[in-house]
Amino acid sequence: MSNVGIVIVSHSPLVAEGAADMVRQMVGDDVPLAWCGGNPDGGLGTSVEAIIAAIDRAWSENGVAILVDLGGAETNSEMAVEMLDPARAGKVVVCNAPVVEGAVMAATEASGGASLAEVQATAEELSPA
Amino acid sequence: MITSAQLKALIEALSATVAAHAAELTDLDSAIGDGDHGANMKRGFDAVAGEADAISAKPEAEALKAIGTKLVMTVGGASGPLYGTLFLTLGKELTVSPDDYPAALRRAVDAVAARGKSAYGQKTMLDVLYPVAEAVEANKSKAEIVAVAHDAVAATRDRKAIRGRASFLGDRSIGHIDPGARSSALLVEAVAGVL
Repeated sequence: MSNVGIVIVSHSPLVAEGAADMVRQMVGDDVPLAWCGGNPDGGLGTSVEAIIAAIDRAWSENGVAILVDLGGAETNSEMAVEMLDPARAGKVVVCNAPVVEGAVMAATEASGGASLAEVQATAEELSPA
Repeated sequence: MITSAQLKALIEALSATVAAHAAELTDLDSAIGDGDHGANMKRGFDAVAGEADAISAKPEAEALKAIGTKLVMTVGGASGPLYGTLFLTLGKELTVSPDDYPAALRRAVDAVAARGKSAYGQKTMLDVLYPVAEAVEANKSKAEIVAVAHDAVAATRDRKAIRGRASFLGDRSIGHIDPGARSSALLVEAVAGVL
């Protein structure tokens, strides 16, 4: 699929899955989508390994936009991006946006064939400058 | 150059101090954060200890990178990438300039600051790591370096958190020791006890 992919990373798998459900309701299967949540033991937190796997599931040659909830999700997502193959790392961005609204807005933009930069900008309009 | 035996002792000392203080770190984190710092650190350093033989068989720089990667993959909170970056950068720097420990430590702490988009004085682990890096550069004794670390932890009590979950509390973060600063000092003390 050529549309930009969306990855949702939350400390809670329930939040991540719920946000993904809301994205699917909006864009169906037009956008590659993956989510992850929880630390490596399954408690609240995030896992670099799970984030890397989610990026792989949502992979698009036009790039992947990651939406995160709180600090650790952002730091772990940035770390995950750096650990990707360099050819892929340049096509993945972590958006500065609220996770639920950002994911829905970004996916809606992506479903129309927008570029990664356009998808990120749309999500980030939700955050105060 | 740190020997294989020292590396193994180092891994054991780091994981032992984290395990012994996990409940304390969690209590500190419960006061001003999300209360998972002790459990996260223990998961990470237990995972490192589980591979102590394989890691300590590697050359010093590669062993440090392996510790960093393990922490990144297993901690599950922001402290994973932060401490992971510390060890990964130490390994990278010692590959380029073997035996220049003060310079490697300084660059590693700078890398942690970049990873966390933070700086000294924001009530984080950097409030300990920067004074320790300075003490190492000044060629202070191990006892002095450990004292610097513990004094630096105490100094976080009166600071307001600017980064991390504690920053959500604003002024209410004042009056509590920062859990990341405390875990940093524990790691510094463990290292000083071995090397």
